[in-house]
Order: sequence, then structure tokens, then C-alpha cells
Amino acid sequence: MKVPITISINGRARSAEVEPRLLLVQFLRDVLGLTGTKIGCDTSQCGACMVLLDGIAVKSCTCLAVQADGCAVTTIEGLASNGQLSALQEAFWEKHGLQCGFCTPGMIFAAYELLRTNPNPSPEQIRHGLEGNMCRCTGYQNIVRAVQAAAAAGGRA
Amino acid sequence: MFAANFEYLRATSLAEAHRLLAANPGAKLLAGGHSLVPLLKLRLAAPPAVIDIGPITELRGIAGQGDSLRIGALTTHAAVAASAEVRTSAAALAEAAAGVGDPAVRNRGTIGGNIAHADPASDLPTVLVALDAAVVAVGPKGERTIPAAEFFTGIMTTALRDNEIVAAVVVPMSKRGVGSAYVKFAHPASRYAVVGAAARVAVNKGTCAEVQVAVGGLVPHARRASAVERALTGQPAEAASFQAAAARVREDLGGDVNGDVFASAEYRAAMAPVYVKRALAAAAARAGLT
Ligand SMILES: Cc1cc2nc3c(=O)[nH]c(=O)nc-3n(C[C@H](O)[C@H](O)[C@H](O)COP(=O)(O)OP(=O)(O)OC[C@H]3O[C@@H](n4cnc5c(N)ncnc54)[C@H](O)[C@@H]3O)c2cc1C
Ligand code: FES
Ligand code: FES
Repeated sequence: MKVPITISINGRARSAEVEPRLLLVQFLRDVLGLTGTKIGCDTSQCGACMVLLDGIAVKSCTCLAVQADGCAVTTIEGLASNGQLSALQEAFWEKHGLQCGFCTPGMIFAAYELLRTNPNPSPEQIRHGLEGNMCRCTGYQNIVRAVQAAAAAGGRA
Repeated sequence: MFAANFEYLRATSLAEAHRLLAANPGAKLLAGGHSLVPLLKLRLAAPPAVIDIGPITELRGIAGQGDSLRIGALTTHAAVAASAEVRTSAAALAEAAAGVGDPAVRNRGTIGGNIAHADPASDLPTVLVALDAAVVAVGPKGERTIPAAEFFTGIMTTALRDNEIVAAVVVPMSKRGVGSAYVKFAHPASRYAVVGAAARVAVNKGTCAEVQVAVGGLVPHARRASAVERALTGQPAEAASFQAAAARVREDLGGDVNGDVFASAEYRAAMAPVYVKRALAAAAARAGLT
């Protein structure tokens, strides 16, 4: 019943035998111990589980681990390089784009996706770009400011 | 949430998918997974096997085919929304694809999965019915082309046979002087259509020469609004005619309107003329631009 898979996670190949019903988010959190990716709603609505799959933002609670076989996944643990936060991480910190931080990994990938397709979004476009992500703390104002700041600083990476 | 266990099979060609379908009765095809995975997790579906068609590259991409665009079944909503060809020749479809769910849903969900799933609240069926699109279904013995208006037959039911796979959707391109548009009353949480309206209008010297309209979201499956079409054909392309024609949508809805905890049938029926009018006005405005 189990299926062998190999996924490049944050640049490192990870192999395992998994049940086909295992979700990508469960593979990341429970098999690999990468708990930066969160589970909020578990019903594709809140965006807490967002990661990059081959460079594109997806909700990992709505993707089977077997569907990611052979692909490259980036999680929040893989965004900083050599201890240096990415522009988006830095901007969320600077602009106080978080309170409890539960939504933040997903928000950062939603913002990453937006800046990938639209490097200079207006505040309204930022709000639409974050439509699939929910935050129960901030009221979104500082999240929008953080994305604006990251765009002004030259991008997502 | 955990789905019930199932066997995972992967197809890299249509022929392999057909072979796996024949060998595994009750198996479900998996495309983007953005309707099927939620159903599996809720255990509303518990198939013995799932056949992943994601790797079938021949089902992906958008290409011109005579006066139409052929959109492969595995083309994502994001790719449809971003396509320059779709935006110029079938603006309503680009608009509908751009409004599906949220960006992450559009990155995974596919046009073939959307229509095969046939959720009454889906956006794409309404557009495909309005634009006279056709669905290319491939069975083990060859393919057939099903007009969109005949493809959707009920709530989550289609004319697709158990052994058929949607390979592509063929959408006629708008010519000069023809415009199309899709507008919806989006559910605030999911963005699914509470009421959706699609229109294609040909404007000739200020007159609506040809009119195609469909509604979805509030009826069991997307359907043409022929009373609206008749009422607008030959009329001047102006606000008063759009409003008068849109009011006729009541005749097209009949007694078939769905209601739920979010929006009653009465409310949806009252909203239908509003969205039909907006779709007509937007389509006619685009006809002037092309
Ligand atoms: C949070 C959220 C919000 C959404 N909002 C909207 C919205 O606003 N508007 C909207 O229209 N949709 C919406 N959707 C649905 C989305 O568009 C789905 O992606 C789509 O309905 C199914 O496409 P899929 O590729 O994900 O199909 P899957 O989930 O993989 O498959 C769905 C069904 O179709 C069958 N199938 C798939 N491909 C084929 C094929 N080629 N041939 C035959 N059968 C096939 C499968 O067996 C399955 O039964 C939303 C989904 C989510 C999770
Ligand atoms: S946990 Fe995946 S969208 Fe909420
Ligand atoms: S910071 Fe707490 S949910 Fe967003």
C-alpha cells in the first residue's frame, strides 16, 4: 500500500515510504519534523499550510505527499540563507506584520506568490493577493505594509 | 483529517489512464485535487484507488485550433487567467478563471477537474455554456465532442461516461465587434459563485446583433438564458435594453433555483437580473473595443 517518494525539501532530497492518503503538510510536519508549516483549517481556506511547490504557492493540506514526488518544496525553514532573513521575512519583522505568528509562514508564501506575478502591487492588489490567507490577530494592516515594504526593498527573496 | 486508505496509481499517458481505469473499478481520477482531496478528507468519497493523471503532459496547455482555442484538461486556472490568447479571444473565461477561489487554488485546480466535478457553484461551466464551448471526452475506443450545454446534466453530474476522460475544452474565439464577460456574486469565504452570469454579445452599428447568455450558481447546473437572449437581440446596445432583457432571466430560471443557509432561493433569484445586466453591459462594452 505504501509508496516510495523523494521530494527535495529546501534543497535537500528526502525519501520516505508513505501512505497515499498522507497529506504534504503531514509529511512536512509529522515525518520530517518541519513544524514551521502550520495546519489551521485543514479545509483549504486559511492558507496557514502554504508552501512553494516547484516555486509556486500551494496549500499543502490539499495536496497529497505522493503528488509532490519528484518535486521541489520550499518551507518557511528554507527561506533564510546563512542566517540572513529573506526580504519578506525582514519586512514582516520590521513592519510588525504579525502578532502570534501562526499565519505568518503562509502569509509570507502568499506574499511571495503575489510578488512573483506582480512585483509592484498596490495595497488593493496586496489584499486580493492575500485572499486565501486568514489572520486572526493583526487586522491585516501591518501585513499589507510589510508586503509593500518588501516590494519597495526589491522583492521577495 | 485523514482520508480512508486507497491505492495510488499514476498515469503518464491517456492510454495508461484508460488501462488503469479498466483494471480498477470504482477508481477516481486525480487532477489538481482541489475538489477531490477535500472530498477524500471528509470521507464523502472513499474510492479503492486513485489514478493521478497530473503527469500526462499531453493534457496541458492552450493552442489555437481553427476559429477556436483548445485548452488541455490539466491547464490550471492560473494558466487560463494569464493566457494572452484567452484574455483577448474569450475574455469571459479568463475573467472566470481569475476569480476562482484564491491564488493557491488557481495554481492547482484545473479546467478539466472543474467541469468534471460539476459543482453547481463553479464558475467555468457558466462561461463554457455561454460561449458555446465543447468538451473533448476520450474513451478507450476514441474521442467524442460534447457541447457544453449538453455536458452538464445535474448537480455534480455530467454526460461523461465512467471510462471517459476529459482531454480538452474547445472554446470559439470572439471575432471583431464581439465581446464577452463573466460576473459573479462570490461567496465571501470560498469565492464560489452564489450567482454567476456570462455573456457574449456581437455589436453591429450600435445594435446587439447576436447575444449568448448563461447563468450558474443558483441553478442545479449552468444553463442558457434564452429568454434574455431573445429579448436583447436586435435591440440597441445601451443600459435600458440590458436592464429590460436581464429582467427576463426569471423565465429562464423557472422554479429551479437552489437556496441554502447563506442565500435563499428567493434572494438568489432577485440577484440574477442584476448580474445578468452587468455581464451584458461589460460584454457589449468589450465588443466596442475589439
Ligand atoms: C478553497 C477553494 C475554493 C474554491 N473556489 C472555487 C471558485 O470560486 N470557483 C470554482 O469554479 N471553483 C472553486 N474551487 C474548485 C476548484 O476550481 C477545483 O480546482 C476544481 O473544481 C477541480 O479541479 P481539480 O483539477 O482540482 O480536480 P480534482 O479535485 O483533481 O478532481 C475533481 C473531480 O473531477 C474528476 N476529474 C478530474 N480531472 C478529470 C479529467 N480530465 N477527466 C475526467 N474526470 C476528471 C476527478 O475524478 C474528481 O471527481 C475551489 C476549491 C477550493 C479548495
Ligand atoms: S490548513 Fe491548509 S488552508 Fe487552512
Ligand atoms: S498573527 Fe496571529 S493569526 Fe496572524
